[in-house]
Amino acid sequence: MADHHEHHAPTGWRRWLLSTNHKDIGSLYLWFSFAMFLVGGLLAMVIRAELMYPGMQVVDPDFFNQMTTTHGLIMVFGAVMPAFVGLANWMIPLMIGAPDMALPRMNNWSFWILPFAFAILIGSVLMSAFGPGNPPAPNFGWTFYAPLSTTYGPASTDFFILSVHLMGISSIMGAINVIVTVMNMRAPGMTMMKMPLFVWTWLITAFLLIAVMPVLAGAVTMMLTDRHFGTSFFDAAGGGDPVLFQHIFWFFGHPEVYIMILPAFGVVSAIIPTFARKPLFGYASMVYATASIALLSFVVWAHHMFTVGMPLAGMLFFMYMTMLISVPTGVKVFNWVATMWRGSLTFELPMKWAIAFVILFTIGGLSGLMLSITPVDFQYHDSYFVVAHFHYVLVSGAIFSMFAAVYYWLPKWTGVMYDKFWGEVHFWSSLISVNLLFFPMHFVGLAGMPRRYADYALQFADYNWWISIGAFWFGISQLFLLWVLIKACFLKKGEKATDEVWEGADGLEWTVPSPAPFHTFDTPPVVK
Amino acid sequence: MQSTLFHRAATLLTTLMLSGVAAADWTERSDLNLRPGVTAVSQDVYDLHMIILGIVTLIGVLVFALIMWSVFAHRKEKNPVPAKFHENVVLEVVWTVIPFFILIGMAIPATRVLINMEDTSDSALTVKVTGSQWRWHYEYLAYEDDNDINVGFFSDLATPPEVWQRPILSGGLFPVGSYQERVGQERVPLTRDNEDVFNYMIEVDNRLVIPAGQKVRFLITADDVIHSFWVPDFGWKKDAIPGFVNEAWTLVPEEQAGRIFRGQCAELCGRLHAFMPIEVEVKSQEDFAEWLAEQQAAAADGPDMTPFASVDEAMEMGKPIYDRACAMCHGAQGQGQGMFPSFQQSALMVDADRKQENIDILLRGRGAMPAFRAQLSPKEIAAVVTYQRNAFGNETGDLIQPDDVQN
Repeated sequence: MADHHEHHAPTGWRRWLLSTNHKDIGSLYLWFSFAMFLVGGLLAMVIRAELMYPGMQVVDPDFFNQMTTTHGLIMVFGAVMPAFVGLANWMIPLMIGAPDMALPRMNNWSFWILPFAFAILIGSVLMSAFGPGNPPAPNFGWTFYAPLSTTYGPASTDFFILSVHLMGISSIMGAINVIVTVMNMRAPGMTMMKMPLFVWTWLITAFLLIAVMPVLAGAVTMMLTDRHFGTSFFDAAGGGDPVLFQHIFWFFGHPEVYIMILPAFGVVSAIIPTFARKPLFGYASMVYATASIALLSFVVWAHHMFTVGMPLAGMLFFMYMTMLISVPTGVKVFNWVATMWRGSLTFELPMKWAIAFVILFTIGGLSGLMLSITPVDFQYHDSYFVVAHFHYVLVSGAIFSMFAAVYYWLPKWTGVMYDKFWGEVHFWSSLISVNLLFFPMHFVGLAGMPRRYADYALQFADYNWWISIGAFWFGISQLFLLWVLIKACFLKKGEKATDEVWEGADGLEWTVPSPAPFHTFDTPPVVK
Repeated sequence: MQSTLFHRAATLLTTLMLSGVAAADWTERSDLNLRPGVTAVSQDVYDLHMIILGIVTLIGVLVFALIMWSVFAHRKEKNPVPAKFHENVVLEVVWTVIPFFILIGMAIPATRVLINMEDTSDSALTVKVTGSQWRWHYEYLAYEDDNDINVGFFSDLATPPEVWQRPILSGGLFPVGSYQERVGQERVPLTRDNEDVFNYMIEVDNRLVIPAGQKVRFLITADDVIHSFWVPDFGWKKDAIPGFVNEAWTLVPEEQAGRIFRGQCAELCGRLHAFMPIEVEVKSQEDFAEWLAEQQAAAADGPDMTPFASVDEAMEMGKPIYDRACAMCHGAQGQGQGMFPSFQQSALMVDADRKQENIDILLRGRGAMPAFRAQLSPKEIAAVVTYQRNAFGNETGDLIQPDDVQN
C-alpha cells in the first residue's frame, strides 16, 4: 500500500540535518545524549581525581567548582533529558500506531537547538581550561544560587544564561510535540486507558515540562537583567531577595527531578511484564500514581530549602507534603514486585537492568524519605548524603532505565541483537562500580562532609579513595556500552532480530519488522 | 504465622530504636553513621534519624526479599506457566493505606523536635555570625544583663596555604605516598582522643567561644554570597544569607566545658568554599565571663597607632597577615591566579604615586576584593601594604605608617 506513493528516504547529511522522521530524530537525540553522558562523565572524573586524596593536587578550587557546575548541567540537560526525548521520539509513534510525531519540522528544530546550546556551555569550559588568561566557566553549582551567580558570577554567566534558554526552548518544543502526538494520533481503538504506560508517563512528563521550563527561563532572565540592566530581583541591597531566587529555582527544579524519573517508570513498566510473561500489575493505579507524583511535585519545592530559614508552618507543610510522595512511589514499586510475583521470569539484559533499577531506585527513594524529615534534613542537607541520594535516583535510576530501554529496543531499532557478552560485562561492571561509587557517599555525608568540597578533612580520606576508584571503574564500564552500540548500529553485526524479539513482548512496536521501517503505520493498526 | 512475623518485626524495630537511643552518646564518633552530637537537640535529631533509618531499612529489606524470592522461585525453569493475575484491589488499598500510617508515625516525633529546634527564646548569650568570602565573623551582642558587649573578631582557616595548595599537576597526577605525608605528619584524623590537635582543614586562628550550660542564640547572616553555618555536633545547619538574619540556638551541657566542636561552611560560596571551617570552644561560665571581659578590655583600648621604626619591622608584622588573609587568592609569592591579579612588579605596587590607592583598595575593597576595614586594624593594614610593596621582588622601600591609613 505504502509503496504506491513512495517517499524516498533522504540520504547523506540531508537525512540527518533536515530530518523530519521521528526515528532519525530519535536516533540523533539518543546519540547526542550518549555523547553528553561521556563528556559529563569526563568532568566527573576530574572531580573524583581531585578528591581521591586530601589536599589540592590536580586542579584549582575554582576549576573544581566549574567542574561540579558543568557536570551537573550537562548530565541533567544534556544526558538524561534528551535521552528520554529520544526514546519518546522513537517509541511513542510506534507504541500508539502513529505514522510519525505530529509536528515533524518542530521536532527537527527542537533537536538541532541542543548542539548549539551545549557548544556554548562546553565552549566556556574549554576557554577556562585552555584559553588565554583562563576566564572561568560557570562556577556556581548546577543550582546557580544568587548572588553567587549574579553579583559574583564570572563573565561566562551570560553564555550560561543563553545556553539554558536554548535548552528550555528545545524541551518545551519536544513536550508540545509529545502532547499533540499522544492526544491526536493514537490508532483507532487505543483509548487513553489502553496506552502503554511509557506513553502515559511521557504525556504527564510533557505537561510538567511545559509548566516549569518557563519558570527556569524566568529565573535566568531575571539574572540577566540583574547582571546588566540595573534590576535587583535577587540583590538584597537593592530591595530584592536572594531567597526568591531559590523559591523560583526549586519551583522549576523539583518537578524537574520527576521529569527525569517518570519516563524511567514507564520504561520499567514495559520491560518487567515482558520478561515476567505476565501483564503489568495494577495498570490503573500506576497511571494514577504517576499523576499524583506529578501533582505533588508542585507543592514540595521548599524541601530543598529547609535550611534557608522558613516559618515553622512552612517547614511543617513542606515536610508533610514531601513525605506524602512516598505513598504513590511506593505503590509503583509494590506493583513492579507484584508483576514479577509468580511470573515466569527470564533474565535477559533489559530485565537485569530493570531489576537493578527497582532495587537501587528504591534505595534512593528511601534515603529521600529520610531527607523529607525536616529536623534530620538539617544534618543531611548539603552533605554527601544528599549527593548519594540523588545519584542513586538519577544514575542507578534514570540512567539505568535508559540502559534497560536501549538493550530492550535496540534489536527493534537496528534489526540485530546486541552483543550479549559485552552487554553482560557492561551490566555487571556498572552494577558493582555504581554501588562502590555512591554507597560510601552516605557514610561520608553522615560523618559530616559537605558537598561541593574541593578538599576535605582527614577523617573522610579513606571513603573518598574508594569512591574515586568506583567512579573511574564506572566511567570505564561505559566504554563497553559504546562498543555494543557501535557494533549494533554501524557494523550491523549480531544475530538477526525477529519482529517480536522477546517471547513475552506485548505492544504495537513488536508487530512491525525489525529494524522498524523508515515509515511505519501509513495505515493505522486497529487496537481491539 | 502472621503474628510471629509481626512480633519479629516489632522486636527488630524496637531493638533498632533502642540501640539508637542507647548509642545517643556524644563520645561515639562513628565512621558510618550520623554523629549523636553534644546537645539535647542533637540527640533528639539522632534518635529521629535512627528511628527513620530503622523503618526504611525494614521496608527496603522487605521489598528486596520479595524481589529476590521472585527471582529465585519464579524463574522460567521453576515456574514455566506464569500466573494471570494483574489486579487486586484489596492489596492495592492495603499498600496505599499502611504507608500512610507509617508516615503519620514518623511525622509526629519529627514535628515535636522541629518545634523545639525553632524556639530561640530565653537565651543567655547572643552571637552574630556573618559569613564572608571566605571567613567567619563573630560578634558578641549580648550576654546575660549586658546588652552592649561589642566584641567581635574574624575566624580564618589556620592550615597554611602551602600545605594544601599546590600548583596544578606538580608532583604528578597521582602523588605517591600517604596523605599524611603530603599534608603533614602531625595532622591526624579527628577522633574522640585527639579532638584538640591541629587538624588539617578544620582548624582556625580565632575560635568562637561559648559558655556551657547556657542557651546561646545565633543570629546568622552574610555580607556577600550565601554561606551555611554547620557544626554537626549541634544538630542543625542554617544558611547565612546577605540581607537576611536567620536564628538558631544551642545549649551545650555544663559537663562538656573545655571541649571543642568543629564544623564547616555547607553552601557553595565560591572558590574557597571548602576552606572556611568553624571551631567552637565551649568554656565553663566562669571562664567564659573572664574571657569575655578580657576581649572587652582589649576592644576598649582602641587600635594601636604607634608608628613602625623601620620597613623591616612592618614587613615582619605584615607577612603572617598576608599569608593568612591575602595568599589564598593572590598566591604565597604574590603571583596571582585566575581573576586575582599578580603583585609581582605590578604598576599598583611599584608606582610611588599609587600608595594611597593601594591602601584604599585594602580598606574598602574593589570588585571581587573584599573590604578589610573591619577585619584589620590600621596598623595591620599599614604592615600588609608595606609588605606587598617590598616583597615579591618589588623592593620599593615604601614604609606605610598606621597614620597613613585613614578610614
